[in-house]
Amino acid sequence: MSKNMKLLTEPLNLNNPITVQVLGICSALAVTVKMEPAFVMALSVTIVTAFSNLIISMLRNTIPTRIRIIVQLVVVAALVIIVDQILKAYVYDVSKQLSVFVGLIITNCIIMGRLEAFALGNKPWPSFVDGIGNGAGYGLILIAVAFLRELTGSGTIWGFQVIPNSFYAAGYENNGLMILPPMALITIGIIIWIQRAKVSSLIEK
Amino acid sequence: MNTNSNAYIFIYSSVLVIVVAAGLAFTALTLKPAQDLNIEIEKKQNILASFGIPSTPENAVELYSKYVKETYAINAAGEKLDLEPSKVFNTDLKKETVKPIDERVLPLYRAEVDGKTYVIIPLRGKGLWGPIWGYVSLESDLNTIHGAVFDHKGETPGLGAEINKDWFQEPFVGKKLFDASGKFTSIHVYKGGKGASAMAGDTDHGVDGISGGTITSKGLEAMLRDCLVAYEKYFVQNKQ
Repeated sequence: MSKNMKLLTEPLNLNNPITVQVLGICSALAVTVKMEPAFVMALSVTIVTAFSNLIISMLRNTIPTRIRIIVQLVVVAALVIIVDQILKAYVYDVSKQLSVFVGLIITNCIIMGRLEAFALGNKPWPSFVDGIGNGAGYGLILIAVAFLRELTGSGTIWGFQVIPNSFYAAGYENNGLMILPPMALITIGIIIWIQRAKVSSLIEK
Repeated sequence: MNTNSNAYIFIYSSVLVIVVAAGLAFTALTLKPAQDLNIEIEKKQNILASFGIPSTPENAVELYSKYVKETYAINAAGEKLDLEPSKVFNTDLKKETVKPIDERVLPLYRAEVDGKTYVIIPLRGKGLWGPIWGYVSLESDLNTIHGAVFDHKGETPGLGAEINKDWFQEPFVGKKLFDASGKFTSIHVYKGGKGASAMAGDTDHGVDGISGGTITSKGLEAMLRDCLVAYEKYFVQNKQ
């Protein structure tokens, strides 16, 4: 059990897919302007990672090694399309905001990385937990970045205004630069900086 | 079993693909009604927005049935066509706009707000990267624009994509489709620089385009002209 716990918690910090492995940066820059789409994106990636890990792990002894990447892609692509269809049916607004990025989950390196590195060599349950952990680690950073960007860029959190109107009357303005992708990259950079300053084991010799 | 023999690989991949395809087909069919409903609600929200009624996905259907009194279609000669309203609502403009004007089915929506009547015309055209569309609402003189909404599939964010923003759509309000002598002129979208002085002399028909979004702006101008010109006879016959 403690081994499974480790699979779940390690990606949140010590082995975070975004800040330590530096995977999945592209979508992290694109969908973190507002918290709601960031949350839906994080949830979608978690579901896809967890279930593709589970399915590939269950199939791992039957998959011919010569076509294993193709088999992984078929499974991931199918899951992504299902997620995309569900979003279109039940959270249409968010799916419009996420636009192509849901489809691009297929190419998210975190997923293929976990399938290759973990699911092909481990039993289904640990693989599933590993998928949840990595998805959550990705989501954690996404939501942290989205929180900062939405607060400073739009003055709202989850669509609700938190900066009082009196601030605007006194001359405060939303920082338009925070809405643009470069500031997302810089925000992630700052998060990586803080994390490395705190966790000594991450510092390269 | 040898999982690397050619026969195994062929059988394995065939079975996998069939299973996945069946799963996806099932998902797509099950979720289709909910997705279609979302698209219908979005369309109703756009139509409501074109004559200035804000709505949310929750109340759009209710507001729509409250304000939109009539859905009908005409042909280019201005004659009313005998079509079901639901059929008119689902007219595929993509197919209609490529037909010769005489053969087109031209949908119209008539809305009443506080005793005033507005006529809403759906539009569809080409932007830089893909389709653009929109709705204009006309006042009962069938000449003055009461409001306009536009949207797009994949125009450049920050440039062409700005056509769905208020700052771009607001200047269309009050513009006229016909000039003083009654000639159909549609709306002109001007570029900055030289265009600015031309726009100043064209207060009835000119709106400001988007810097860096020239092709989208021009596509939008063409969309307004090409879609609205088909209704010209109807406008002339029915203006009040």
